[in-house]
Amino acid sequence: MSVWRRVACAVLLLVAAVSLAANVLAPAGYAKQYREAADSGPSSAHWLGTDEIGRDRFARVLYGTRISLLLAPAAALLSTLMAALVGGLAGYLGGGWARGAMAITDLFLSLPWLFLLIMVRALMPLNVSPLVSVLVTFLMLGLLGWTSAARVLCASAGSLRDSDFVRQARASGVRGARLFWIHVMPNLKPVLYAQFWISIPAFILSEANLGILGLGVAEPMPSWGSLLKELEGLVSVGSEPWKFVPLILLAVVVTSFQIVMSKQEEVAA
Amino acid sequence: MLGQRIARHGLTILATALVGGLLAATLVRFAPGFDTDEAQLDPHLNSVSIQALRQSRMEQNNIVRFYFHSLQRAFKGDLGTSISLGQPVSTLLRDRAPLTLRLVGMGLLLSWAATLAMALSAAWLRVSAYDALSTIISGTLLCIPAAVLALLSVLWNVPGALAIALIVFPRDYRYARNLLAKAYSQPHIVTARAKGLSELRILFWHVVPVVAPQLLALGGVSVSLAIGAAIPVEALCGLAGVGQLAWQAALARDLPLLMNITIMVTLVTLLATSSADVIGHVLRGQEA
Repeated sequence: MSVWRRVACAVLLLVAAVSLAANVLAPAGYAKQYREAADSGPSSAHWLGTDEIGRDRFARVLYGTRISLLLAPAAALLSTLMAALVGGLAGYLGGGWARGAMAITDLFLSLPWLFLLIMVRALMPLNVSPLVSVLVTFLMLGLLGWTSAARVLCASAGSLRDSDFVRQARASGVRGARLFWIHVMPNLKPVLYAQFWISIPAFILSEANLGILGLGVAEPMPSWGSLLKELEGLVSVGSEPWKFVPLILLAVVVTSFQIVMSKQEEVAA
Repeated sequence: MLGQRIARHGLTILATALVGGLLAATLVRFAPGFDTDEAQLDPHLNSVSIQALRQSRMEQNNIVRFYFHSLQRAFKGDLGTSISLGQPVSTLLRDRAPLTLRLVGMGLLLSWAATLAMALSAAWLRVSAYDALSTIISGTLLCIPAAVLALLSVLWNVPGALAIALIVFPRDYRYARNLLAKAYSQPHIVTARAKGLSELRILFWHVVPVVAPQLLALGGVSVSLAIGAAIPVEALCGLAGVGQLAWQAALARDLPLLMNITIMVTLVTLLATSSADVIGHVLRGQEA
């Protein structure tokens, strides 16, 4: 493992650990308001200042990081499983199944990712509880983000279908689901791992985009998207630099994921 | 052979756009709040008007019938009327498309100019420090959400096209750099360099024919990326283009508008990727 990958892993572990300890480290809950100190700058009481309704920004960054860092991998897991099921099965079955499945993926891929996300998210209930909005946002990312991975898996499973060991297993009487689960799926693991790792930063960025456009996690629940929405009210970049902390943290985490997955990308290709 | 390829692409584009439109219409139909209309609460309307409004909504309940009626009308040039904006969809699209086309076109132009300049100079110079610097620049841009870049463009008073270019550039650059680096490491190019051929001659005679089809394919994909980027840029920069219209249509659950925008976006995206594929096929044929 290269030095850079070790550093990236350490950064990710540190950020995850700090965000998981938000209950201990944060001076208050993410929704607690200090109305006497609304929209204030950094101080000893509020390290990153407070937002326009007096909520401690440091606490919100910690809790927001926890939500984004925990749910993006969950959404990535869901999308990878769907890709394995649709792409893997279509590639294994071949023929009309593969063509049908690929036609569906082509349909999804023909629309720009952000356009598809905005369209689908806007059509879902918007005035829901914060917890439901978190689930809806990340569930949608997981349910829509499987298509490009399915293409790769379909091609990989298709090549495995005609491989010697699968032919031998078939000749030995192994059929159907057993052949798929015991012989084909384990050989798709490297591609699945790669797709899982690639999806995480993509979903983190997608949630941030949705949050800034007001279609992400609902208030008062924080996420990187909703925290970045604060940048909309800035007059100039240098006026309140502490508002850029969520952006810097997001960039550091996404960069770390990209360094960690640099090897995985080669497998996915 | 080429005719068959074009025909196949044409049919795929048409079928995908039609199914995409139907899916968009179905999604909107089953979205919460579809049956309600703010206009029905207007105290100035009498019972007959309210009944007429309800009737017009009822007509959209059968989604397949609504979709085929819309298609029939579309063939006659009538794309329906926007529910939220109260204007003909064709007028809205005609008014706003030029801005988006300009924005996306300029964004793509800037992005590709930067991509080719940086990828080519990295391949020519072969200096690890320059390669690392260009990778850091593209990597940093890749880690910033598109909507943040749009917000920053407002803060710095930068044109929207540049924001689109900054969103598309890192995606294009990574592939273009790898493609060119791979092409320049091929034995016949190393030999050409050793024999003292000029860099320009190597580029146009040996590298471009190899990488052109793949770069074209990447160009097709970058159109889709630029259209996607136009949504946050237009929505957050207050630019009245199709991206902003799509955003407003999605929020207002405006079925006729959303359906037509989806078909339009699908058509443009598929047309770009298919054109890149067909031109790439022609180039490969010439090379062979």
